[in-house]
Amino acid sequence: MDPAAPLTSLKHRHLLGLSTYSAPEIGLILETAREFREVLERPIRQVPTLRGYTVANLFFEPSTRTRLSFELAEKRLSAESVSFTRSGSSLTKGESLRDTARNIEAMKVDLAVIRHTSPGAAHFLTRCIEARVINAGDGAHEHPTQALLDLLTMSEHFPSFEDLRVSIIGDIAHSRVARSNIFGLTTLGASVTLCAPPTLLPVRVEELGVRTTSHLEEALDGCDVAMALRIQRERFGASLLPSLREYAIRFGLRMRHLREHPDMIVMHPGPINRGVEVDHDVADHERAVILDQVTNGVAVRMAVLYLLATGSA
Amino acid sequence: MQGVAVKAQLMDASDLDRTIARMARQILEYCDTDRSDMMVLVGIQTRGVFLAQRLKAKIRAFEGLELPIGVLDATLYRDDFRQRSKTRKIGLTQIPFDLSERDVVLVDDVINTGRTVRAAMDALMDLGRPSIIRLLIMIDREHREVPIRADIVGRKVPTIPGEEVRVRLREIDARDGVWLVQRSE
Repeated sequence: MDPAAPLTSLKHRHLLGLSTYSAPEIGLILETAREFREVLERPIRQVPTLRGYTVANLFFEPSTRTRLSFELAEKRLSAESVSFTRSGSSLTKGESLRDTARNIEAMKVDLAVIRHTSPGAAHFLTRCIEARVINAGDGAHEHPTQALLDLLTMSEHFPSFEDLRVSIIGDIAHSRVARSNIFGLTTLGASVTLCAPPTLLPVRVEELGVRTTSHLEEALDGCDVAMALRIQRERFGASLLPSLREYAIRFGLRMRHLREHPDMIVMHPGPINRGVEVDHDVADHERAVILDQVTNGVAVRMAVLYLLATGSA
Repeated sequence: MQGVAVKAQLMDASDLDRTIARMARQILEYCDTDRSDMMVLVGIQTRGVFLAQRLKAKIRAFEGLELPIGVLDATLYRDDFRQRSKTRKIGLTQIPFDLSERDVVLVDDVINTGRTVRAAMDALMDLGRPSIIRLLIMIDREHREVPIRADIVGRKVPTIPGEEVRVRLREIDARDGVWLVQRSE
């Protein structure tokens, strides 16, 4: 078979990360998600597609928007869903991940969405249960649905990923969003620049086929998409960064940058620290597509749920 | 045609054209002159869409009437996801008009069990409340599993197990015609 031929089903049973997904597979998810975008514009924003399927949302790490986005995607597809969050469940009572997983297996679920602080938790789950597993973030490893919604959003603004120049700015070292985006973007042929203080750039990250810099101006030069990552306040004072103010001055996106780069769009996975990663006016600018990312998140998760639930792999 | 053996050609390009012309006239019979602006064609992906476009062209030639066309993909409303091992690709749905109070002619190339039309009607009902839905089908294979019948039929072809019908349209298939084929197991 022609490797470039469009696929109709995924070759993977699970979505653990984008590092093993091929360009046609990512293309199929994005194409399917575009059709679900249309469903979200209908008067009745729900389709009966996954009626009779059950999805378990296992959030071992606190999350609001990703969990809501998955829950909404499941409801829009008419799947039954149950959500386990860290507080108020056996997860805080010392039960192991394997035992929690087995209990969920006994409840006969078809798909499991998992977020966990440990890298590899989603992978581990695939060895405990029969259900299809979707990684909703595992430590600093991967967050594939976030990268897919970012890719979908970029594809709405640019005709092709070939020659697309994306700069990811912020705490690369601790970011699963950055890792998944690096895998997805490089697979699709985009060129990626990572921009961060040297303390927040992983060593030998260039081996993933990306460029690195610690100068924002250099990262924005010729760039089509500037993706700012959330800076977690606990990183400050932990010897990685001197102060929030210094970070904002050296790495924050300002109106000046939008004026200097009139074709560049700004993305952010949220939640935003206004005035830190992006300036107040930048976050509300028409070229900041942050809320499109949120809408696309539901569509992309619907696509992943649909393709994994109905796939044969 | 891949994976199948051709048993007979049922229609050639001129047969197909003549049948489309006849069906276009039948649509016009359903069309009240005082409500002609409410009539729309909705093609079911994929070949139903091209048939709807050809019907529209005929109706324009006969009566000078411009019927709006909608495109409907019924995949998300199907009931056989658990039965199938392969994912169905989701196609475009684009209904560029308000469906409420419309007289819809739903168009598809082949009907057999009727399940696709059932899914398409559910999809249509979720998109609005048409005043009437009529069904136009090029080939009726007559093995219904749900109580659905077509109002306008191109030709009835009762198939036997293993047989299938392929409607081919030059917009996507390089040539026009209808073939009876044998599925190779």
